[in-house]
Amino acid sequence: MTHIGAVGLNTFREAVRDRVLYNLVFFALLMMGAAVLVGQISIGIEEIVIVSLGLSAISFIGLLMAVFIGVGLVSKEMDKRTIYALLSKPLRRWEFLLGKFVGLVFTLAVNTVAMSAGLFLALLYVKHTLERSDAAVLIAIYFILLKLAIVVALALLFSCSTTSLLSILYCAGFYVAGSFVQEMRTLRSDLAGPVAAAIMRWLSYLLPNFENFNVTGLAAHGAKIPTALIAQNTLYAALYCAVVLAGAAAIFSRRNFK
Amino acid sequence: MPGPAIEIDNLTKEYPYGFLNLKKKTSLEGLTMQVETGEVFGFLGPNGAGKSTTIKLLMNLIFPTSGHARLLGKSTTNVEMHRDIGYLPEQPYFYDYLTAAEVLDYFAKFYDLAPADRKARVQNMLKKVGLETAGKIQLRKYSKGMLQRVGLAQAILHDPQLVILDEPMSGLDPVGRREVRDIILELKNAGKTILFSTHILPDAEMLCDRVGVIVGGKLQGIGAPGEIVGIKAHEMEILFALPNLGQNSSPLLAKATRMGDRYRLQVPEQDLYAALDQLRNGEAKILSVAQVKPSLEEYFMHLVAADRAQAAAVEVTGK
Repeated sequence: MTHIGAVGLNTFREAVRDRVLYNLVFFALLMMGAAVLVGQISIGIEEIVIVSLGLSAISFIGLLMAVFIGVGLVSKEMDKRTIYALLSKPLRRWEFLLGKFVGLVFTLAVNTVAMSAGLFLALLYVKHTLERSDAAVLIAIYFILLKLAIVVALALLFSCSTTSLLSILYCAGFYVAGSFVQEMRTLRSDLAGPVAAAIMRWLSYLLPNFENFNVTGLAAHGAKIPTALIAQNTLYAALYCAVVLAGAAAIFSRRNFK
Repeated sequence: MPGPAIEIDNLTKEYPYGFLNLKKKTSLEGLTMQVETGEVFGFLGPNGAGKSTTIKLLMNLIFPTSGHARLLGKSTTNVEMHRDIGYLPEQPYFYDYLTAAEVLDYFAKFYDLAPADRKARVQNMLKKVGLETAGKIQLRKYSKGMLQRVGLAQAILHDPQLVILDEPMSGLDPVGRREVRDIILELKNAGKTILFSTHILPDAEMLCDRVGVIVGGKLQGIGAPGEIVGIKAHEMEILFALPNLGQNSSPLLAKATRMGDRYRLQVPEQDLYAALDQLRNGEAKILSVAQVKPSLEEYFMHLVAADRAQAAAVEVTGK
C-alpha cells in the first residue's frame, strides 16, 4: 500500500510541478466573467446558467486532463526511461500502475474541488445566498469525478498497449460512444437491421455508461438526486475501474522494456 | 562458502521484427555464466553485443525467450530479489521536476525504510557521490555526469549485496570516472558483488577480478583479464638499435617499427632465435626481448573483427 501511495504522490507532485493546475486560472476567469455577464443578460435563470456552465467546464477541463495526462502516465515513463530505475526496486508492476491511477485521480480531485469552490463563489455572487437544494451541484461534481476516474483507467489501459496518439483517439472514441449508450440500447432493429441492433446492444453493455453520470440538468434546477443513483454510480465506477485496471495490469506485466 | 551471486543458464532473447513480427532477431544466444559472490565482474562488448539485454533480463525488465537466471539464489521473476540488488541503467534519466534528494527519497520509500533512516541515507549518498551541494537543485538543471552520479546513488542507497551497473563510466569526466572506480572498490572491500558493463577496457582491467566478453549476442570468453588475453600471447617483441645503420641489410629491418633511434620488431615465438641471429649479424644492438602480452583491448578488437568477418560471410553466403 505504501508503494502505491509513493507512486501516487509522485504523480501528483509531477502534475503540480509541471503547472498542470494552472488551468484553474482559466476556470476562475471563466466563472468570474460568466457571473458578471449572466446577471446582465438573463432574468430569473442566472442559477441555471451558472450551474450548467460551471459543471460543463469542470467536466470538460477534467476530461482533457484525464485523457492527456492519463495517456502519458506510463508512456512518458517509458519514453524517458525513468521506468528502468523504478521497476528495479521491489515494486510490482501492478503497484506502479495502480499508484499512477491513484495519483492522477487525486490530482483531478484537487483540481475539481478548487473549480467547485469557484463555481459556488460565482453562484453566491449571482444569488447572494446558498440553499439546501444546491447540494445537488455537489453530487453532480462527485459524478463528474467518478466519470473522470473511469476515463483515467481507460487511458492507462490504452497507453499500456498502444501509442499515445492512438490511446488519445481510443479514449475520445470511448467517451463519445459511452455518452450515447442509451441510444445504442434502444436502436430500433427495423431501422438498423437486427444484427446491427444486437451488436449495438452488446457494445452498450461493454462501453462505460457515461450518461448515468450526467445530472447537470437536475442540479441546475435544484432537483433532488436519488440516493440510489449515487450508490449505483459509485459501485458502477468502482467495478468498471477495477476491471479495466486489471486488464491494464495484465498487459503491463508482460511488457518488455527494451 | 556462499553460492554464486549470479547464475545464468542458457539465457536467450529474441525480438520479433518486420511486418506482422514474423522475423526474429537474436539479441542474446544461450548465455551461461556465473558471477561469484564478492567478485567484481566486467561485462565487455561492443554496442549491440547483448550486454544491456543481459542486464535487463537479470533485472526482469525484459523476459527471456528461453533459459533462466537467479540472483542471490532467487529467480529474476521474484520481485523481492530487488531488495538486495542495486541497478544503474545505461544513460540514466530521472524525474527532472525533482531534486536529487527527492529522487533518492522517492526510491528509498520502496525499501520500506523509516523516514529518519531515509533522510540519513539520502544525505549520506549525496555526499558519497559528490552531490552534497547540488542536492536541492531540480534534475532538469543537471549535466549528464551529475545524472550518472544520481543513478549510482540510487543504485547503492539501500546497501545492496549485489550491484549491477550498466555503463557506469559513461558520460563522466576523468575525475568522475575515478570517483566511480573508488566507489566500486569500496563496495568490493565491503564484500559486495559487482557486475558492470563497460566500453572502457582499462577500467575493466584495473577493477575486475574476472571479465566476460560478449560479441554478437554470444559469450566469447570469460576469466581473469590476464588469463583471457594471455591465451593469444605467443609473439615476442625485440627492441634494438642500429649504431651503423648503413651496414644492416637484414630483411627484418623492413618489418620493424622505428621509434626515434630504436626499432621495435614483433616475431612469432618459434622464429625468435633466427631473428636475433640475423639482427646480430647486421650489427644491431639488442636492447630487450619480451613476450608480447596483448592488452584486453587487443583481445577485444580481435573478437570484434572475427565476429564482423563471420557476419560478412553469412551475408555473402546467405546462411
